[in-house]
Order: sequence, then C-alpha cells, then structure tokens
Amino acid sequence: MATDVTEENALGEINKYDFVTPSHDVFKAEKGLNADIVAQISEMKREPDWMRDFRLDSLKIFESKPMPKWGGNIAINFQDIYYYLKPANEQGRTWDDVPQEIKDTFDKLGIPEAEKKYLAGVKAQFESEVVYGSLQEDLGNQGVLFTDTDTAVREHPEILREYFGKIIPPTDNKFAALNSAVWSGGSFIYVPPGVKIDFPLQAYFRINAEQMGQFERTLIIVDEGAEVHYVEGCTAPMYTTESLHSAVVEVIVKKNGRCRYTTIQNWANNIYNLVTKRAMAYENSLMEWIDGNLGSHLTMKYPAVYMMEPGARGEILSIAFSSKGQHQDAGAKVVHCAPNTKSRIISKSISKNGGRSSYRGLCKVEDGATGCKSNVVCDALILDPDSRSDTYPYIEVEEQDVQIEHEASVSRIGEEQLFYLMSRGLTEAEASSMIVSGFIEPLIKELPMEYAVEMNRLIELQMEGSVG
Amino acid sequence: MAETLKITDLHVAVEGKPILRGVNLTINRGETHALMGPNGSGKSTLGFAVMGHPGYEITSGSISLNGEEIAEWDATQRSRAGIFMAFQRPMAIPGVKLADFLRHATTNVRNPERREGAELIPMRQFRKELTEKMEHLRMDTEFARRYVNDGFSGGEMKRAEILQMAMLRPKFAILDETDSGLDVDAVKLASESIAEIGGDQMGILIITHHDKLLERNAPDFTHVMLGGRIVETGGIELATELYTEGYDRIRAAYPEAAEAEQEMVGKEVEAV
Repeated sequence: MATDVTEENALGEINKYDFVTPSHDVFKAEKGLNADIVAQISEMKREPDWMRDFRLDSLKIFESKPMPKWGGNIAINFQDIYYYLKPANEQGRTWDDVPQEIKDTFDKLGIPEAEKKYLAGVKAQFESEVVYGSLQEDLGNQGVLFTDTDTAVREHPEILREYFGKIIPPTDNKFAALNSAVWSGGSFIYVPPGVKIDFPLQAYFRINAEQMGQFERTLIIVDEGAEVHYVEGCTAPMYTTESLHSAVVEVIVKKNGRCRYTTIQNWANNIYNLVTKRAMAYENSLMEWIDGNLGSHLTMKYPAVYMMEPGARGEILSIAFSSKGQHQDAGAKVVHCAPNTKSRIISKSISKNGGRSSYRGLCKVEDGATGCKSNVVCDALILDPDSRSDTYPYIEVEEQDVQIEHEASVSRIGEEQLFYLMSRGLTEAEASSMIVSGFIEPLIKELPMEYAVEMNRLIELQMEGSVG
Repeated sequence: MAETLKITDLHVAVEGKPILRGVNLTINRGETHALMGPNGSGKSTLGFAVMGHPGYEITSGSISLNGEEIAEWDATQRSRAGIFMAFQRPMAIPGVKLADFLRHATTNVRNPERREGAELIPMRQFRKELTEKMEHLRMDTEFARRYVNDGFSGGEMKRAEILQMAMLRPKFAILDETDSGLDVDAVKLASESIAEIGGDQMGILIITHHDKLLERNAPDFTHVMLGGRIVETGGIELATELYTEGYDRIRAAYPEAAEAEQEMVGKEVEAV
C-alpha cells in the first residue's frame, strides 16, 4: 500500500506533499463502526466511564441522523474506515523521543523550519494520536494548559468536562455525532485569566494511513482577559481511495478575552473534510477564525461565532481553492445573541480546472440584540469556463435596530489584466498566479510568516500548469 | 548595426472591425517619434498591436524587430525582446505590491530565457536600484508597497508606468498619452524623466494630443494618423501645427482617410 518515497519523480517539488511513510502501527482498531469498536477505542485509551458513555450515546445519535441533503454529495461507506490507529506507545516528550520515521515525515513536510522556531510549542498529530509535543516552560509556569485532548481527559477532567461537547453537542449534526463517538487526538488549551500568549501555538497534523478517518477533537478555553493564537496547518498525502476527516473544534472566549484560530488545510483530492467549528464569545471578547481550504474531494466547513454577551465580536476570514474534482462548500456563521455585538465575514474563493467553490453563510440576529452590526463580503474568482462558483447567503434578523451589510462579487481573470502583466515580461501562468496571489493577499497578510510563505507556495503549486 | 522596429502595411481589426488600414512606420533605436491624430484614428490600436494584445487581430502586414517577424509572438515574448508600452489606462492588480510585481517583471525582461519558478534578481540589488529610480522620479519609496494601480490617481498611474519603463530599460517604448491626466508640473517631470531614462538609448513612439511632452523629447519625426493610416510625416513643426491648428487641413488634404475616419467614429457611436 505504501509507495516508495525515494522514487524519483520529474515533478520534484510538486510531489513534496504526496508521499506515504510506512506505518508501523502499534494498535489499529478493526475496520468499521459499531458499539463494540467504540467501546474498544475508549478502553484502549483507558478512559473514564463518562467518556465511554458519551461516545456510545453519540454513536446512537450518529446512527439516528440522516445524511445532510445540502452542501455537497457525500458518498462514504462508514463501515470501510478505520476509526482508530495509534502509532506509538507513548507520547514523545522531547524531540529525541520522537521516532525517526515520524521525523522523516516532518522533514518531508518542511516542518523543521517552524520546528526550530517554536520547538517547545509545537504539537504534532501523526495518525490518530499526538506523538510529539512539549509545552514551553514559561507557559506552564503561567498556568497555561496545552496538551492533546486524550491527555486532558485523564489529567484535567474537571475543566475539560465542564466544556467538552457543550459548544457543539453530539446532537448538532451527523458528523459532530460521529466525531463525538470516535474522536482521537486534537488539542486542549486552557489560558488562565489575564494571560496573554504572544506567539502562536501550533499544531501540524496529517493523515497517514489509507482509508483511515481522522477525528480530532479540539477544545480551547480562553479565560477572562486572556489571549491566544492557535494555528493548525495540515498537508495530507494522496491516496486513491476515499478518506474521511471529520473534526470538531470548540472554543470559549470569556469576558475581554481574545482568540484567533488559524487553519491552513491542503487535503489530498480524495478526502472528505467535514468539520464543525464553533466559538462562543462573551462580553467584549473577540473571536477570529482564519480558515484556508485547499484540496480535498469535498469540504464542508462553516466556522461559527455565537456572540453571547454585549460587546462581543466575531471575525471570520476564509479562503477556498478548488480545482478538478474538488468541491469547497465553505463559509461562516455569525449569531448575534446580545446587543451591540459586531461581526465581519470576508470570504474569498478561487475555482479552476472545473473546480467548484460555494460560499454558504449565515448571519443571524436574535430578538432583543439591538445595535448589532454585521458586514459580509464574499468575492469569487473563476479562472476558466469549466469552473463554478455559487453563493448561498442566509440572513435571519429578528430585530429592527441592526446594521447588516452584504456584498458579493464574482470575477474572472480578465484578459486586460493578463495582457498588462504579460506586457511586462511575465508568462501567462505567472500572470495568472500573480493575480490569484493578489486576490488572496488580504488573508495571507493575517497569517504568521512561515504559514504565509507555505500558503503562497501551495497556491503557486496549485496554479502551475493551469494555463497555456 | 542600428536596431529597428519596422511596421509594414499593417492592418488590424478589433472584434472583426477594421481599425488600422495599412500603417507603415520605421523606428530606429535612438529616435523619438510623435504620433498625433484625432480621437478614434487608431493611435492606441497601433500601440496595442505592436505590444501583442490578443484582442487586436493582425489581418495583414508585418511587425518586425531587427528583421525578425514578431507578429505571431505573445506579449511576454515581445516584452522580453525589449518592447514596452506605457498604458493610457493601466490595469489595477489588487493585492499585488508594485515592488513585487516589478521585481518579477525586471527579472524576466533582463533574463529573457528565465524559466517559471527560477530565482528572481536578489532582493538587495533590486531594492537599491528601485529606490534610486524612485528618488530620481521624485516618488515616495512607500509608493512601491502599494498595490499595482489599485486606487492610484491618474498622475500616480502615469508615474508608475514611467517607473516601470525606467526599471525595464526597453529598446523600444510606446507612450500612450502618458501626458493625459497630468498637471503641467507633472508633465514636465515626466518629460524630464523620459529624457533622463535615456531617450537617446530607446526608440520612442509618443502618442499625444499635446506638445508639452514633446518639449523635452523633441521628436525627430511627427506622424499624423487619420482613419487608420499614417497620412503625413514631418518634423517637430508638424506637431506644433497640429497642436495649435487642429486637423482640418489634414482632413481636407486626405479626403479618403477622412472618410474612413467618419466610418470608424460612426461605428464607435453605434457600438456605444
């Protein structure tokens, strides 16, 4: 099943993200999904009863819910997936403890650059389990908890249990229920009152076993007046059979807190990426989602901010790039539950080679949430006549005293722009690539430097050979 | 050997409508030519056709550079061969910084064989040169961080075009109404700049309605275009005459071209 990574290929850099490292699995759950397998996963993780029961209840909810009939076409055989895979017995504490094979994988992904800089803060998920991660000492001294979620279940049960599954309950949607039943890995972060973390906490992870679902579960709690920026980057190798990624991310931002959650995902073309992300923002707090979606067969992802108390703000900046055989159904949800809350959504999509991008967004203002402001801008860029872009904005307002703005634009790369750049010596491909990179610049400039570089490189790779 | 851009009996159509009807023009490197003519006579069309705009179809005739036929080349190839056009209305490229764009463009034009993805000219070297050129043109270096033509005023666009020309150091340059939209001082600065960039190093075709740009870039030849053809060629005195007297004498002297002009302008009105 694994291809030889040393195999020479003329494409060189293009295939940088397209390889498989042989897996030496310590434990692999049986293929398929039923109560026995779910119980077995819980047992392997030596979980408390309440979590095992939570998983089993979630499985029933999953089984009772129909597949969503909107968004994209989902053709997944849930019995043909491995739901749990553990690559090493113990979680690495230092870099030296990390198995060579996994280090090789990181090397191929070019992670060491970021690793050097943020060595102590990096959490990396390899297959279903966090295998490497060590918390920077001063963070620990400040009372910050940054661990994988499995560890948090064992070591921080009181705080975890207070919030786990409360922002996104298993009943929310079919895939949230699935994740709740079989989740593994993901990050758990608690930032105590007043603590401001001035560098981004990062997580790299990737899927590395054929037909294996990845169901990480992330929970971030930002206490009063605290601040954190969490970054997850993701590059997956290519496979020929279907693969499923279905994460749940829950975030709580308390009074005067700030949280920014940045995601760059570059999935292989066969992956279903069905993710539920939601934050609750309390008085005068700020929640920001920055979400970049590349690759995958189908992505359905709508990061949400519920503004629960006055003065809360939610900002969602997203970009989707879809190419041949890909459908990005991505967007954002903002729900104004309290007066004087503000939201802003900027969504950009690029479609090429027959790819399809859809913006699906909800702006909701509840009765009594006076003085709210919401601004939504979605821009689509279509690179050729075979590609497609759709916009599905939903606006539900139950209050008079509000200010809602929605702007949408769809553009094609213009002949005049191409000619202008070509008249300055750029090739047609370079010109298209430059126009696209300019189009997504508003998002790129919000990214930490090394992610901005990686994102630009990914876009260049996506653009290569797209014209001429 | 003198380098030459030679246009022979050039016919160009846009969306199937004939615009240029047999243009002949020879520009040697080091010469300055002025191209004048009423609106809609085909001046900009000539510029676009020489630069290689895909929407300007060459139906017959030839464009050659040092004897080599370039009519089939795309704009990229022509640019790398040393042809430049300063646009009357340059396109905005939102999100792309002028400096990044220019570094890419400069690298390609100076290394015509460069492959996509190959190294760009070193940042330090590029910055130094860009800063010098911008100071020369009395431009704030912060300007290079702005997005290409995005929200530029008319004057800023024209100066950005001249800056690009200064960086790309073309052999042949077409300036399409680079003086329009500029105030008197800006025109003066632009003309000085063109002269300083090395007017004597380039073959220049200045498309203009005014004589201001010509004051410091005295044309060796002035051409008058009417109805898609160059009907008369003279020296600087012709430019002065046209600027002060208008085109009545020309129309009277070339009734056939004037008729073609009527037809073309009429078509334009229909299209609007």
